[in-house]
Amino acid sequence: MPTPQASQATRHRVLALYKELHRLGRDYPDPTYNFHGKLRGLFEKNKNLTDPAEIEKAIKLGEYIRNETLALYSLRKYRHLKRMYPLDSKADPPS
Amino acid sequence: MRPTASRLLNILVPVKRTIDYAVKIRVNPDQKGVDLNVKHSMNPFDEIAVEEAVRLREKLKDAVKSIKVVTIGGTKSQETLRTALAMGADSGIHVSLADSDPTPEPLGVAKALRAVIEREKAKTPVDLVILGKQAIDDDSSQTGQMLAGLLNWPQATFASKLVVDAEKKEANVTREIDGGLEELKCRLPLVVTTDLRLNEPRYASLPNIMKAKKKPIEKITPADLGVDLAPRLETLKVAEPPKRVGGGKVENVDQLIEKLKEAGITAVKA
Repeated sequence: MPTPQASQATRHRVLALYKELHRLGRDYPDPTYNFHGKLRGLFEKNKNLTDPAEIEKAIKLGEYIRNETLALYSLRKYRHLKRMYPLDSKADPPS
Repeated sequence: MRPTASRLLNILVPVKRTIDYAVKIRVNPDQKGVDLNVKHSMNPFDEIAVEEAVRLREKLKDAVKSIKVVTIGGTKSQETLRTALAMGADSGIHVSLADSDPTPEPLGVAKALRAVIEREKAKTPVDLVILGKQAIDDDSSQTGQMLAGLLNWPQATFASKLVVDAEKKEANVTREIDGGLEELKCRLPLVVTTDLRLNEPRYASLPNIMKAKKKPIEKITPADLGVDLAPRLETLKVAEPPKRVGGGKVENVDQLIEKLKEAGITAVKA
C-alpha cells in the first residue's frame, strides 16, 4: 500500500506531466489530430490505478510520448530550416 | 583550481522575435508588408545561439560568469526574452520600442547592441556575442558582421562548431563556407554568428519556464542608449514570388531531344 507521501508525490508527477503535455499539444502541426482530446482520454482511463508498478508504467508511457512529441517538433523545424537555408548556396531555391 | 576573476566570461546573446517558421506568409493587400497577426516565436538561429551559450556554460562551468540575452522590440518581445531565460540564460535586457514602431534595421540593431555592450563594460564586460546568422523574416545576415565592425572585434560567422578556451581567452571556430569548412582561431572578445548545424536547441520545459519568471529583465529605451533606430530604408513593394511554371510531359525520347534543342541545349561531343 503506497504511503500518503508517495501518492502525493506521484500525484504531483502526474499533474506536472499532464500540464507539460497539454502545453506541448498547442503546437501540434496537424490540426486534424485531436491531441488534447486524446491526452485527456488517456489520463482519465488510468485515473483509478492503485498498483505503484502500474502507475509508474503509465507515467513512463506519458513521458515517452512527451519525448516523441518533442523530437517531432525539433526534427520538423530542423528539416524546414535545412530546406530553406541549404548549405550549397548555388542550389536552386525551394519552390 | 577556480578560474581567476579576470578569466570569467560574460556572454551576450541578442535575440529577435520573428514570425514563426511554420506560418504561411501572406502579403498585405497594400503590398507594403506581410500579415503580422500570426504566431511569432524566437528566430530559430537565435535559439541556436542561446543553446550554444548554455552549452558553453555546461562545458566550462564556473568560467562562464553570466549569460545575458537582449532584444529590441515592443511589449511582446519580452516573451522571447522569457523563452531564452527558460532555456538557461541568467538575465535579460529589453530595449523597448512602441508597438507601432517599425522593426529596426540591422545597422540600427548593431548600433544599439554596441551601446548595450558599452553600458555593460563597467560591471560585466562582454567577452563573447553569439547571434543567429540571419533572421528568418528579413534574411539580412548583416547584424553580426556590422556589430563586429562597429566594435572593431574579430568575427566568426556561420559557425558550425565553437570551442572556447577561457584561460587563454581564445576560441576555435569552424565555419560553414561554400565548398566546405574553415577553421579560425580567434581572440576574445569575439562576435560569432550561428549556422544551423551548430547545435539542436533544447525545448524550454514548463518547470524551467516557471523558474524563468523570477529572472530579472531590465527595461531600457533607445534614448537611454543614445541610439536612433529610425529606418533608413523605404520598402517600396512586397510581393509573392512568381508562381513556378509547370513542366510539360513528353511522349518519347525524340520529343525530349526536340524540347531540349528548343531550349538551346546542345549535345556534348562524344
